[in-house]
Amino acid sequence: MQIGYYPGCSLSGTAKEYGKSVRAIFKQLDVELADVTDWSCCGATSGHVTSHKLAMALSARNLALAEKQGLKEIFAPCAACFGRLAVTKQELKNSPALKEEIEGIIEDKLNNTIEIINIIQLFQKIGKEKIAEKKVLDLKNLKAACYYGCLLVRPFNILHFDDAEQPTSFEELVKSTGAEVVEWNYKLECCGAAHSLPRKDIVVDLSKKILDDAMKHGANVLVVACPMCHSNLDMRQKNIIKANPGQKEIPVLYLSELIGLCLGLDNKQLGINLHTIDFNIRLKKNVEEEVAK
Amino acid sequence: MKIGVFICHCGENIGRTVDCVRVAKACSFFPNVVHSVEYKYMCSDPGQNMIKQAIKDLKLDGVVVGSCSPHMHEKTFRKAVSDAGVNPFLCEIANLREHVSWVHDDKEVATDKAIDLMRFAVEKVKRNAPLKTIQVPVTKRTLVIGGGIAGIQAALDVANAGYEVVLVEKEPSIGGHMSQLSETFPTLDCSQCILTPRMVEVYQHPKIKLMTYSEVEKVEGFIGNFKVTIRKKARFVDDTLCSGCGDCAIKCPIKKKALSEFDEKLAFRSAIYVPFPQAVPNIPVIDKEVCTYFKNGKCSMCVKVCGRNAIKFDQQDEFISEDIGAIIVATGYKLYTIDKKPEASEIKGYGEYGYGKYKDVVDGLQFERIASASGPTSGEFQRPSDGKTPKKIVFIQCVGSRDESKGFSYCSKICCMYTAKHAMLYKHKVHDGEAYVFYMDIRAGGKMYEEFVRRAIEEDGVKYIRGRVSRIYEEDGKYIVKGEDTLAGVPIQIDADMVVLATAMVAQTDAPKLAQTIGMPYDNYGFYSEVHPKLRPVESSTGGVFLAGACNSPRDIPDSVAMASAAAAKALVLFGSDMLEREPTIAFVNENLCAGCFYCKKVCAYNAIEVKQIKDKNGNVIKEVAFVNSGLCQGCGTCNATCPSKAIELIGYTDEQIYAEIAALM
Repeated sequence: MQIGYYPGCSLSGTAKEYGKSVRAIFKQLDVELADVTDWSCCGATSGHVTSHKLAMALSARNLALAEKQGLKEIFAPCAACFGRLAVTKQELKNSPALKEEIEGIIEDKLNNTIEIINIIQLFQKIGKEKIAEKKVLDLKNLKAACYYGCLLVRPFNILHFDDAEQPTSFEELVKSTGAEVVEWNYKLECCGAAHSLPRKDIVVDLSKKILDDAMKHGANVLVVACPMCHSNLDMRQKNIIKANPGQKEIPVLYLSELIGLCLGLDNKQLGINLHTIDFNIRLKKNVEEEVAK
Repeated sequence: MKIGVFICHCGENIGRTVDCVRVAKACSFFPNVVHSVEYKYMCSDPGQNMIKQAIKDLKLDGVVVGSCSPHMHEKTFRKAVSDAGVNPFLCEIANLREHVSWVHDDKEVATDKAIDLMRFAVEKVKRNAPLKTIQVPVTKRTLVIGGGIAGIQAALDVANAGYEVVLVEKEPSIGGHMSQLSETFPTLDCSQCILTPRMVEVYQHPKIKLMTYSEVEKVEGFIGNFKVTIRKKARFVDDTLCSGCGDCAIKCPIKKKALSEFDEKLAFRSAIYVPFPQAVPNIPVIDKEVCTYFKNGKCSMCVKVCGRNAIKFDQQDEFISEDIGAIIVATGYKLYTIDKKPEASEIKGYGEYGYGKYKDVVDGLQFERIASASGPTSGEFQRPSDGKTPKKIVFIQCVGSRDESKGFSYCSKICCMYTAKHAMLYKHKVHDGEAYVFYMDIRAGGKMYEEFVRRAIEEDGVKYIRGRVSRIYEEDGKYIVKGEDTLAGVPIQIDADMVVLATAMVAQTDAPKLAQTIGMPYDNYGFYSEVHPKLRPVESSTGGVFLAGACNSPRDIPDSVAMASAAAAKALVLFGSDMLEREPTIAFVNENLCAGCFYCKKVCAYNAIEVKQIKDKNGNVIKEVAFVNSGLCQGCGTCNATCPSKAIELIGYTDEQIYAEIAALM
């Protein structure tokens, strides 16, 4: 299976391990990722707060490039990129006038027919059977809290993906690795997002609540599918611990890393060694024990 | 033809923007017009007398009135003309108010337009033929569909007037939602206490034929002359033998498989059951889906214990045909289920409230059962998850109502009142309990309603918070309700033991199906449409079909009962005469031109087109043509416009008349 791939900026920067693990696991699952050649910013955060049209134009440019390459679908692992591309597609579909204007800005034509899918949808396409077939390790020692964050299932009117308020697709997927999933309350709450730099105090406060709720419901690992969420929950966890003496650590994995472990890839291949909160100490041992048995 | 023209000023309504004197003058020059006058109020007694006098003096045989909309006074003027001895259909109305004075400012232009419209009407009346109203006989029997409080009231009113009623209810017992309620607002009298005597009255009434566990299968015919087929579903219990002792239900080994519909799934019922002890009729039904006999034939406990041999496993659905003159539809409502699986894909549900996920997040009817003395907790406030007394309950109003993005744009009307009642009942039994109500606005319009809500707030200490709830989740056995207090402008969090959602009242799932069976209109929400929201609120636009209760729009008990009595009165009006008069302006088929394509049959909204066979003298069918059932035809003209061979004319609005009108404008 071949699929268009739009990595986005984070996957070669703060979320290098997400990019690394995505490439590693899809190779293992016989999915060929065809990069959108000469891709640029998707227009997230600073893009769309600066100018609506700038954000539209940036995403439209990427969609136009992908069309020229003959791609029918693009997979965007970053929740923000996924959201921007999908919203742009819909808005240009709704307004032919806006589409014409944006086409003028990017000096290119757009058919606007490309499907944009996120990492969970890609796994659904591949099928649980394929994961089961390639499964090397059963991750049953993991008690995972699946964290959707705000963007993965929203805006519902555009994405039509899962239930925006009580989603379950993430959990279904994680169960296929053998990991146990916990029922918890904060899977859709805000992590503080881009406040990470200007208002660290807000992120420390909001992300702490997410970590606490996950641990309270018995999770020993948090699983995410967004670079921004990961940086707030993993990188900022040290700040949270510093601000709250006695706070316990909990490792935060990308969904791709969790699947990677199940497929038998090691920490280095998946970039887990790059995390702020060490995953090795807490769980790898258990997984190895499982293999030994 | 000698035509008289009468221009009305409508006080100042027309006169202010139309120069009526100039219009009357201009009309006097039209061919065939022999008399043209204006007057301040043509609809008044002196105005009508002007018309009558002119007819007598000048021997007029055509009249055109330039006035308000024909919807308003066509009948008035036609009657005046008829009183003076001229066929009423030789009177035409030109609408100089809604079509001219109310929509234009420039007097000069408006007057010119008024003259044009008058010329138009004069040309039409020249081609009008005298018409006679159609007479149809009336069967003086009423079908009431739905045995809730509205249906019960309508059935009793019609029956007490001395006419026969067939009352059809799809559930095993009559009583409807009202039988599930605890107390009723604003008097707090017990719902069952005021309802059950009515149910018994229905059962014992000599003029009422009660058919429970039955559904309307087919409706044929037209006003005064319906033929209705009713499916009497198999109860598997012979209702002529059963004494209602209840032994079968007690001995039935199925105890924890079927959830009670009557108790809103908060309790179990047996496979053979009566919905509730006061059910009417007190005759059980067998739920085939859970009964062991129907699964594998291994159990027949009920047969063994029944002393009257009333259990009949081989019973089949029966089809019963009834001749009916009027139909009263009172099929009621259901609550919007905001479960994780919404019924329609465009409804997004309220996943954030956790209904269907948390046992202690219940809807309004479930709370009624908890509060009811006949409910699963015998009226003790206990939460469904662990049976503990909730010390803090949060009530959320407008769940699905007034919310276009997630539910419906309409207001469900009763929730403000029943939420106040719920909170009040709770406070009366759990004195140290706290009740919070999240609301958007309090809509307590109605006799003693506002006072009732004030009593909940001021005397019973229910805490009202204006704002919406964003999320509910469970933590340590508590339900964390996060919302906003928009009056204080602060986010608010309440750790509740239980949450009650006032979910929207919606149309029954199969409401459109019944509407199609009867052939009557319904709106986008599935509620049945009335002809006019103000002046004809209980009539469907299908002749002889009347509406009562919440099947028309969300309604409380007093309104439903009032509407039911009004619908009954409408049915009785129909029975007031032996023959029924109908407007003669209906479609007519020229059989020589009709090619038998039956496009007209496809487009007719009233099922008025029938197939007629034309036979030669030997009885062989030579062709099939369309035939208009004069009882059903509403004269809408759709078939007329559709017919490719121009074989259908609308009497009173023939092509010749319409073309003459158009030509007069050019």
